[in-house]
Amino acid sequence: MALSISTRELDGVTILDLSGRITLGEGSVQLRDAIRDLISKGVKHILLNLGDVNYIDSSGLGELVSAYTTAKNQNADVKLLNLTKKVKDVLQVTKLYTVFDIYDDEASAIGSFK
Amino acid sequence: MESVAEIEAAAEKLTQAAGMDEDDGFRVAMAVREAAVNAVLHGNNYDPSKFVTASFENTGKSLVITIADEGEGLDPEKLPDPLAPENLLRGTGRGIFLIRSFLDEVHFRQLHPGTELTLIKHLTPADGKEANPDSN
Repeated sequence: MALSISTRELDGVTILDLSGRITLGEGSVQLRDAIRDLISKGVKHILLNLGDVNYIDSSGLGELVSAYTTAKNQNADVKLLNLTKKVKDVLQVTKLYTVFDIYDDEASAIGSFK
Repeated sequence: MESVAEIEAAAEKLTQAAGMDEDDGFRVAMAVREAAVNAVLHGNNYDPSKFVTASFENTGKSLVITIADEGEGLDPEKLPDPLAPENLLRGTGRGIFLIRSFLDEVHFRQLHPGTELTLIKHLTPADGKEANPDSN
């Protein structure tokens, strides 16, 4: 299943609800475009809800890192919400779990941007 | 990329037939997919005239998967460590690392031209007791 992305805003935070796979050719480019679009519009608080992302490959990890660094360079923040077991596994193995701010509940994640 | 999806699906089938649990099966299939992507992308450089060859075998003790490309070759010793602090925020360079992390043995062989990866995951007693040696 390819990646679908829906966007909503809550308390000044733009939340991207992602569903599907973030892999080379199936979701990496969509994620990159979505993040770049938000950054170019001056959005500073971005929360990626990965609760329905059941698969991420090395290309998808690269896109998450690029999103993080692109945001940092523009004084914006990208944080992660609701990691599935498989995505958490891959983030831990690659030590990226230590890079990102990661939350298990939306209210705490939104509160962290303030 | 169709060949990558086919190879990934074959790996999933192999792990399921071996009775491997979901977590280990996911890791094996992901490692195989990463190897296939590397073969198409970095090995064959998307050249449609070059082939990726894959084989899958359950020896009864291990799952053995080979993925070969027809590219210029790869020196695994020259790959940067993606866990090093200076590489942690790089956008690329995690594929081979994930393959090595998720499997018990990974062997590289230079084919001149091309690179062959042999990926091995040992089966545990808990893995499907009824599993039969299988290949395709």
